[in-house]
Amino acid sequence: MTEFRDEELLADAICRLIGDVRHIAVGAQSPIPATAALLARERANLNDSASRPYVSLLGSRDHTFFTDGARELFDCAGQGRVDVFFLSGGQIDGQGNINLVTVGEYTHPKARFPGSFGSAYLYYVVPKVILFRTEHSRRTLVPKVDFVSAPGGSPGNVSRSGGPVALITNRCLFDFDRSRARFRLASVHPGHSVDEVIENTGFDFDRPAEVPATPAPSAETLHLMRSAVAPMLAEVYPEFARRVFGAAAAVPSS
Amino acid sequence: MIAHSLDEALAPIRDGMMLAVPRDSSGAAMAATRALIRRGVKRLHLVTLPTSSLQADLLIGAGAVETLETSAVSLGEFGPAPRFTAAILAGAVKMRDATCPALHAQFQAAEKGVPFMPLRGLIGSDVLAHRPDWKTIDNPFGQDSPRGADPIVLLPALKPDVALFHAPLADRFGNVFIGTQRELIAMAHAAQKTIVTVEKMHDGELLRDPLLAAGTLPGFYVEAVAVEPRGAWPLPLPDHYGTDAAHMAEYARLAATPEGFAQYLDRYVYERRAA
Repeated sequence: MTEFRDEELLADAICRLIGDVRHIAVGAQSPIPATAALLARERANLNDSASRPYVSLLGSRDHTFFTDGARELFDCAGQGRVDVFFLSGGQIDGQGNINLVTVGEYTHPKARFPGSFGSAYLYYVVPKVILFRTEHSRRTLVPKVDFVSAPGGSPGNVSRSGGPVALITNRCLFDFDRSRARFRLASVHPGHSVDEVIENTGFDFDRPAEVPATPAPSAETLHLMRSAVAPMLAEVYPEFARRVFGAAAAVPSS
Repeated sequence: MIAHSLDEALAPIRDGMMLAVPRDSSGAAMAATRALIRRGVKRLHLVTLPTSSLQADLLIGAGAVETLETSAVSLGEFGPAPRFTAAILAGAVKMRDATCPALHAQFQAAEKGVPFMPLRGLIGSDVLAHRPDWKTIDNPFGQDSPRGADPIVLLPALKPDVALFHAPLADRFGNVFIGTQRELIAMAHAAQKTIVTVEKMHDGELLRDPLLAAGTLPGFYVEAVAVEPRGAWPLPLPDHYGTDAAHMAEYARLAATPEGFAQYLDRYVYERRAA
């Protein structure tokens, strides 16, 4: 089997979650989702598909079609024209609530994160929101978030067309069941175990009797990521592109 | 309108004013920001459309900000914004946490001269819970829905005293070419006064060229323009130059402590070596 990095496994898994859609948008500080979105577009290119998705990378000049400034992403999403988006959190809880603001009391916090970005809106209006958090620990995956930047679900009278579909971490992939507001363990990444996931997760979740392993990326996928996606990523995420794909981008495998 | 110096252009920015600045990928007026810190500007109500990085962190670290209204402050790939984080933990700035589209909607309300703009999302979040200035009503057009009227949030118009940004070109009439960074136009429409630094002057008249006019902020909205080549440095200017990554890494390292931040100010702000 070809050697691969954790980031490549996660991007490949996210790419499968994205599925066949028309518009994938990626927000700030999301290098692994950006890799997955560009990979989805490259795969569609391979198939010479007319259904090549549009990709909008926040902060990119080359990989966006917006001409109406920073608000166009949100206006587009409000109309249902963004199919997939990605959110993370300093804390994420078992109901899919995410916290991008503070740990402890809001007015006297123990820790402060950058802020909610577009989450308090996009979580409600984008049908497929994929949560990602590369640190899977009881510190990040908590029973209840200290601050709700955006809730995982809303009461029936609230207009809401979007929400979480999955959470991917450095250890595993969870699906999210919106009707029950609970995560379910979908697969565990190679080299990790169900016990380890239970040990490091601060919230309860469902799991099948047999939990499959997250599939390793194929040689073809790794080639696409390293040769086609990595150079595109470098525009918005130069540090990430260098760290993860540095050698591969400079000397593409064939 | 075309100022003789940067300080002259920045004169309308007074202590205690509401100052609007754009996200760092749209053209942040960093030379102007360093000049404001040198001048010792104080008690700003800083509004970022919708996020900020080095610009907000520098102003906060220099003690220039009393109130901060933003969706996020971060150095992105270079890590958390250290002076912002320290100021929040110390309770040194009044924080108004927002979300990106809320700020866009609030500027849009000001552009239209209406008191508020409705926005989806927000309901059930602690962002909304900590914003007593945001109101929730029953959608007045939703009464006939089988589920009854849905709640919706109203956001008040934001009318900054001054909008400040950096752009590629201006002409002698004060028209400013902003390209596709159209949130700069929204900022200028919403603000009482707009101050712009530009890379260089354009010989012709921007509004007479249909290709350029579509990406031009009319001088009608512009109070002052100053020419500052590389005026967004070390942040990027779209289509002109990228982020100075080595400098941002140096900033992140120095600004991690108050002493290191003071060294940074001495070296890059007060010395004027970089401005």
